[in-house]
Amino acid sequence: MKARNLAVAAILALPGLLSQPGLANAAQVRVAVAANFMLPMTEKVLPAFQRQSGHAVVAIYGPTGGLYSQIVNGAPYDALLAADAERPRRLEESGLGVAGSRFTFALGEVVLWSATPGTVDAKGEVLKQGKFGHLALANPKIAPYGLAAQQTLEKLGLWERLKPKVVYGQDISQTYQLIASGNAELGFVALSQLKADRPGDAYWKPGADLHAPIEQQAILLTRAKDNAVAREFLAFLRSPQGKALIESSGYGAE
Amino acid sequence: MATWESLIPVAGVTLRLAAVTTAVLLAAGTPLAWWLARRTGFAKDVIASVVALPLVLPPTVLGFYLLLLLGPWGPVGGALTALGMDSLAFTFSGIVVGSVVYSLPFVVQPLQVAFEAVGTRPLEAAATLRAGPLDRFFTVAAPLARPGFLTATVLGFAHTIGEFGVVLMVGGSIPGRTRVLSIAIFEHVEASEYGQAHVIAAGMLGFSLLVLIALHGLTRRLRGEAP
Repeated sequence: MKARNLAVAAILALPGLLSQPGLANAAQVRVAVAANFMLPMTEKVLPAFQRQSGHAVVAIYGPTGGLYSQIVNGAPYDALLAADAERPRRLEESGLGVAGSRFTFALGEVVLWSATPGTVDAKGEVLKQGKFGHLALANPKIAPYGLAAQQTLEKLGLWERLKPKVVYGQDISQTYQLIASGNAELGFVALSQLKADRPGDAYWKPGADLHAPIEQQAILLTRAKDNAVAREFLAFLRSPQGKALIESSGYGAE
Repeated sequence: MATWESLIPVAGVTLRLAAVTTAVLLAAGTPLAWWLARRTGFAKDVIASVVALPLVLPPTVLGFYLLLLLGPWGPVGGALTALGMDSLAFTFSGIVVGSVVYSLPFVVQPLQVAFEAVGTRPLEAAATLRAGPLDRFFTVAAPLARPGFLTATVLGFAHTIGEFGVVLMVGGSIPGRTRVLSIAIFEHVEASEYGQAHVIAAGMLGFSLLVLIALHGLTRRLRGEAP
């Protein structure tokens, strides 16, 4: 008898659990954000925007490819802050993104770094000497920072020579862990990660001529084309105040 | 664009990983399961819980801790370096270690259940006929626990085929060495190459289903039920 009462209570409670009033709030703005931009969002951009506008924005973090797949399959996001320019461009072309709303909100800075002090010199000569076991890169096929790292090595004429020593993280944060744990002696990470985690560490930043710029673009999604708060948030990213916050996190600005 | 040829080394590494992992787990898991089946008390509870941990922990957590353990500042990596040996990270042996940890409960638990089902009476009977402990295990307990060995082998193998998080963290996704099928699927999905992702994913789905159907049929036969 008791078990049956419990079962009935559980069934009665189900609709309430499924609807989750907090999530069903229509006024809430949800922004899908590339994982590499998580720290600047949580620590700087979101609090500043809330202070200024009085609106809270909910951020959902993930790999850009995964977020893109979710949006194509109907995820209820209002804007995308991607790690590349490719996915926002595709959303704009397919009509899932609002035409003309696409812009570069941050330029990614890729840097060579080691968790062992003294390994990476100011000119990146360590790459030419090649006296290390493993060099970690984010997977160039899916991670823009990995692609920039590969382009740098190719431009230096070192790619073929170093390729046998290259190990891959699937995204920039996994790559960071491979290096931070010492399993890979050195590797390419995002400057924003280093600034957040180990601001005092030495690094080498390849010149702008060594790789294509890592343009991180944002786009307003079509379902939110009349959403004033979503538009206000994207405008905030482009404002001098927004740009300053992004630059202070280790990104370049347009 | 990925082609069929580029899939072959990936599938090769995956199958080799599953085979080696299953062999290691059967060798190490059998005495462990035997011990667990014949013990009660706090020590058993602790060890059984440790064995079950990979069922509840996210693979990325296991992978992250393995990475710290194997790294030059971790206890395992540090000891290996001190002995003049190479680090296990980014090697085939490294992903075997990761997979052994990850698939441990899938081999040990079916074996333990099978050994418990054998009970103590057949073993006591064998003992009265002066069979030694090893003899009792190999001629009485192991044959009676055959369905458990079959389940353990198939689950250990199939679960390692589907392994993702640990191998991803410890392996470094090196083509021909540590890159496995589940990582290839992840890469294709991330790169929005859904066609290739479908091919591998559907293949793995079909493979897993066939393996599990075969397992059920074989288990039934071993138990002596009608086919």
